[in-house]
Amino acid sequence: MTMVFGVPVQALLGQLLVGLINGSFYALLSLGLAIIFGLLRIINFAHGAQYMLGAFVAYLLLAYAGIGYWGALILAPLIVGLAGAAIERLALSRLYDLDPLYGLLFTFGLALAIEGSFRYVYGSAGQPYAVPQALTGARNLGFMVLPNYRGWVVVASLAVCIATWLAIEKTKFGAYLRAATENPTLVRAFGVNVPLLLTFTYGLGAALAGLAGVMAAPIYQVSPLMGSNIIIVVFAVVVVGGMGSILGAVVTGYMLGLCEGLTKVFYPEASNIVIFVIMAIVLLIRPAGLFGRTA
Amino acid sequence: MTDVVLAPPAKRSKARGIALIAVGLVLLAVAPFVVYPIFVMKLLCFALFAAAFNLLLGYAGLLSFGHAAFFGGAAYFTAHAVKEWGLTPELGVLVGVAGAAALGLVVGFLAIRRQGIYFAMITLALAQMFFFFCLQARFTHGEDGIQGVPRGHLFGLIDLNQPLAMYGFVAVVFLAGMVAIHRITESPFGMILKSIRENERRATSLGISVGSYKLAAFVMSAALAGLAGATKALVFQFATLTDVGWQMSGEVILMTLLGGIGTMIGPVVGAAIVTALENYLATSDFPPTIVIGLAFMLCVLAFRRGVVGELLATRWGKRLAGRSED
Repeated sequence: MTMVFGVPVQALLGQLLVGLINGSFYALLSLGLAIIFGLLRIINFAHGAQYMLGAFVAYLLLAYAGIGYWGALILAPLIVGLAGAAIERLALSRLYDLDPLYGLLFTFGLALAIEGSFRYVYGSAGQPYAVPQALTGARNLGFMVLPNYRGWVVVASLAVCIATWLAIEKTKFGAYLRAATENPTLVRAFGVNVPLLLTFTYGLGAALAGLAGVMAAPIYQVSPLMGSNIIIVVFAVVVVGGMGSILGAVVTGYMLGLCEGLTKVFYPEASNIVIFVIMAIVLLIRPAGLFGRTA
Repeated sequence: MTDVVLAPPAKRSKARGIALIAVGLVLLAVAPFVVYPIFVMKLLCFALFAAAFNLLLGYAGLLSFGHAAFFGGAAYFTAHAVKEWGLTPELGVLVGVAGAAALGLVVGFLAIRRQGIYFAMITLALAQMFFFFCLQARFTHGEDGIQGVPRGHLFGLIDLNQPLAMYGFVAVVFLAGMVAIHRITESPFGMILKSIRENERRATSLGISVGSYKLAAFVMSAALAGLAGATKALVFQFATLTDVGWQMSGEVILMTLLGGIGTMIGPVVGAAIVTALENYLATSDFPPTIVIGLAFMLCVLAFRRGVVGELLATRWGKRLAGRSED
């Protein structure tokens, strides 16, 4: 068997793939966080809960309405996004004039309440969610065997990230969004409905988290705890990348996912904490984050 | 946190203050005979923890989302020192406090490099890293935690297995911690912290080395949180992962927010409410997480001054605090 640095190539590639998959979810989630933070100046602690909600909506759609993966891929983000928009309208919109920390605390409470409710109803154990028929099986790439579903997750998440980035950089809506990020009062004076834009943006961020949740459902089990496990890591990703640039958030997500995968090969004990260690090092060398502008 | 209005200490009438403290002391002395002593000790530990957290949030304006690391970390250090090294309780607590302070120095040093929301996220991430360390390190015994920690003899003399002796020890620790926090907030150092909270740039322009003040406040807060955690380990005779998890960090924020950020007794009141609520919910099968989450949302939306803050804002509260009505 071929070896690299004393590790079989198969194992190395396998863990790199796992890293890439994790990185896809980090990227999708930090993308949503960055979009929300950019406009609303709120760190959405409920992002993990919304990711979990996406997975659960997919699971419930299948169990009670017979709607499969592809339907859920569209419906679940829509439902989570609408719920997010409602939360923004009812609660978050009242917090914009306050210290941004209150937004963090509110969404933290929201996350606890959502996760607590799901744990109350479904218990802590995970529910299985089958891989869709069309994506079962695996293909041999010559140097490794790639399960089709995992390949799909990597490609799809990359496509979503690029599409979102293009939508923000190249479309009229994106231009409004960026303008409102810079100077909401002025944009409002030009006749743009900024409060609506805020609601839509939070809904969009929540929908992205929901989408990530649906894609995660067949890989990880659908469990009420899946959100809180990932959100703290995503916070570290966001600190490393800096929330100034959308592209930065995405690139950092993939990069740190890969670092985590590599650590699993060479020093498995540290794989849980490697992202936090990287965060600490980045803070020492570049306090503003890799892609961040100094606040 | 900008919209929390603090009671200016200067005009507070001294007599009323002393009366309040006397009432508190009487309560502290009577409590173990009225309520289950273990519950009161638990409450005092959490009250001190919340007050230590409030030292950072209420006076320096820094929201740490990782204070469980110091609370739970100290519990582990003390439990290990007492059980494995056979130290006496007071030395064990000292080990816990020193460990928490050292941990606070590292976390604080990294976290103060960023402000506001990033500060919160960094403390959360570093505390989570410490959680994973505790999950895997040998001396913490992973999921089991350190069990059967002996309470031992205080100074080699007083047997802490006597419930009243243990209660006395916890009460003294609590009072000492509260006095320390009060002294810190009223000192010139505390004034400078408040000025940094109000306007960091202006403080810098006045020649104050903002970073070192923030770091000092962070270490003090961590050490006091450690004092609470170390004491809790002796009371319950175990140290587990629950005390280092992010949920615990959230809980102490809720206690402070619910009681009143930036007030001296707010965190104590908040800790009492949350601990009592959890005790009550423990007997039902309704999960406390949901209640805590809803309490958070309610506090942030409608109740940002907390119980004590709202009381102080009423007519009666203003009179009590000895302030002229404005």
